[in-house]
Amino acid sequence: MIPSLQDLFNILPPVIIGAGILIALTLEMFVKPAKKIIPHFAFLVFLFTAYYSLMTMDKETYSLNTLMSGGGLTNILYFIFTFGSAIVVLISYDFIRKKDIVSSEYYILLMSAVLGMMIMASAKDFLMVFLGLEQMSVCFYILAGINRRNLLSNEASLKYFLLGAFATGFIVYGIAFIYGASGSLSYLVITNAIVTGQNITFLTIGLLLFIIGFSFKIAAFPFHMWVPDVYQGAPTTVSAFMSTTGKTAAFAVLIALLLPLFTVGNYQIFGPVLSLLAALSMIYGSIVAIAQKDIKRMLAYSSIAHAGYMLIGIAAGIPAGSAGVIYYLLAYTFMNIGAFGIVAYLEGVEETNLHIEDYAGLANQKPVLAALLSLFMFALAGIPPLAGFFGKYYVFVAAIKAGLVWLALVGIVSSAISVYFYLRLVVYMYFRENSKTITVFDSSYSMLGIIIAALLVIIVGVFPNTVVELITHFIS
Amino acid sequence: MTLEIILFILFALIGAASGVLMITRKNPVMSALFLILNFAALAGVYLLLNAQFIAVVQIIVYAGAIMVLFLFVIMLLRPDAEISILRTNPLLKYVAIGVGVLVFAQLIYLIFFFKPLNITPSDVAERIQIGTVENIGTEIYTKYIIPVQVAGFLLLSATIGALVLAKKKFE
Amino acid sequence: MIEQYIPLFLVLATAVLIAVGIVASSTLIGPQRPNDEKKSTYESGVKPFGSAKERISIKYYVVAMLFIIFDLEVIFVYPWAVQFKSLYSVFGIPVFTTMLVFLVIFEIGYLYAYKKGGFNWE
Repeated sequence: MIPSLQDLFNILPPVIIGAGILIALTLEMFVKPAKKIIPHFAFLVFLFTAYYSLMTMDKETYSLNTLMSGGGLTNILYFIFTFGSAIVVLISYDFIRKKDIVSSEYYILLMSAVLGMMIMASAKDFLMVFLGLEQMSVCFYILAGINRRNLLSNEASLKYFLLGAFATGFIVYGIAFIYGASGSLSYLVITNAIVTGQNITFLTIGLLLFIIGFSFKIAAFPFHMWVPDVYQGAPTTVSAFMSTTGKTAAFAVLIALLLPLFTVGNYQIFGPVLSLLAALSMIYGSIVAIAQKDIKRMLAYSSIAHAGYMLIGIAAGIPAGSAGVIYYLLAYTFMNIGAFGIVAYLEGVEETNLHIEDYAGLANQKPVLAALLSLFMFALAGIPPLAGFFGKYYVFVAAIKAGLVWLALVGIVSSAISVYFYLRLVVYMYFRENSKTITVFDSSYSMLGIIIAALLVIIVGVFPNTVVELITHFIS
Repeated sequence: MTLEIILFILFALIGAASGVLMITRKNPVMSALFLILNFAALAGVYLLLNAQFIAVVQIIVYAGAIMVLFLFVIMLLRPDAEISILRTNPLLKYVAIGVGVLVFAQLIYLIFFFKPLNITPSDVAERIQIGTVENIGTEIYTKYIIPVQVAGFLLLSATIGALVLAKKKFE
Repeated sequence: MIEQYIPLFLVLATAVLIAVGIVASSTLIGPQRPNDEKKSTYESGVKPFGSAKERISIKYYVVAMLFIIFDLEVIFVYPWAVQFKSLYSVFGIPVFTTMLVFLVIFEIGYLYAYKKGGFNWE
């Protein structure tokens, strides 16, 4: 019954990250130039894990007494986490030095958060979900406040912690109900309990509380109130990290839990709830983002809207919808990290150059960055042939297939609204004159990361079918 | 009435009384002290319900460590400034009462009307043994080894976080 | 069933008796002649000023935080120690190595706190 080495080998990616954390901490303690080594070390660990996850994708194995799974869909999610984080390391390298943030701990906490996400994505048991979620969230709380001298950063950390703990309360309460009603924490047993209909009322209450708790984590309306303040106050690279990989991990849990309930259990009660959350998030995020003049706040509201689009895919309750969500998450991770990466690139030592007016005339001053930012804005707005378009396309098609035409229509309307504020930034960069030129600290590392993100946005957008077929193959 | 039932009622009464005293004290430090009493009484209840490990954890972690943190946090904040929150926002009181009533009703329902699973008397005898330290040790060090290691990493991250965020001079 | 807790109960009862006894005996036996001078707050001979409810430094908090973390880790060792013999006879060495891994994670955290001066009183 004790896990064997083979079991550990089946879940090697999280084990590698775990070992990486311990090695990095030891380096930090005993090696003098650790500040220079650890960013490179973290980058290599992420890159290797991403590569390994891709290479071992085709073996689907349950291991560790059905606590966790490895291979298949889990590995695609591992790839999103680790490759996304590798790009975050690139865009952070000069940003951290510019802001004079404690360096080694920043990268160690990035790795720790990724470990939590991996546990969440591979969990087949509420115990693992909870541990992974806490591991990830604790690192996020710390990372949000890691810029110790900045009051906004401290405030973001505290706010995030309080609301995150509140959400965790909902989740634990839900898990307690589920355990009481089914006598188990395993997804398999719970799906069976749904099929047999035993204690269905309490299972439903428990699952509903669980979904509410996760709505906080994915930043869906009406559980979004922490998002703008936290994304604005946290260091920009941390916002990039939280809004993409963190969202992916939370969605991974929802998909792994809810898809079997929809398909195997034929349990449709959460469909309307999720549809409502999706519609409200899309409309609210898109409309409020129009009023934002601060780029980071605008991206925060856009993140709420994107959570809405992704929820459509889950609300549809069919494998195609979930496959669409994972494709969307892949696309969103790279386009949002790219967009935040450019914001971090342009940001001054103090919190300057974050207003939309500061971006006026950027095309003359920094033509490459302006072009790349326009690319990311087009992708976020969902303009073909970039990755963002196909993400929306797949979830909308899934919604129509599942008979949720109204939801797809709401999605299309809010996409149309959102085009306004994404393209407004492009208009500012290309067609507005700026009286003052902004001071920018050049960074080749950041540039490399941004270019990789841009290439991925294009590649994932040009070959959507290959990616979606791969995901669909593993999901069913 | 057996000794168990008498003790159970005693501990439950101490727990309930200290809970009421805790939320009615003006001085937050007094509230915290009554919370310790509440935790201790709960530990006794756990012990009588054959949850020995939980009882030990309750004493060591909750009544010991968590309460130390509670007291430090009370000292860290300015206790006098916090008293007025309920006065300036009376709605908060009613929300709190509402949530309390809801949880109470739910517990009443679960205890008296809800049949959790089809438990036979032989199950009960087996279940009584679940809470012992031996059983929990066997479970978590055979089936749940990986969760234990993840908990280790969680505490490691918390160590880093405590130092990074709260250390006065961090190098 | 409950008889096995008699020693525990005796320890608790002794603790309570001694605590109550000392306080009670000092109030009952000791002479009490209070006056205004005696009852006033004493602060190094100076007249007391300000409030006693000052905000205390964050460094106490760091100590409390580290205490909780290490306290929680000890909780994990306790059931392992209780069950080590019987588990070892079934599974052998892996029972030892799992705890070793956990303790390595724990020790690295402890060493880190030590190296960063988490236990220094600044």
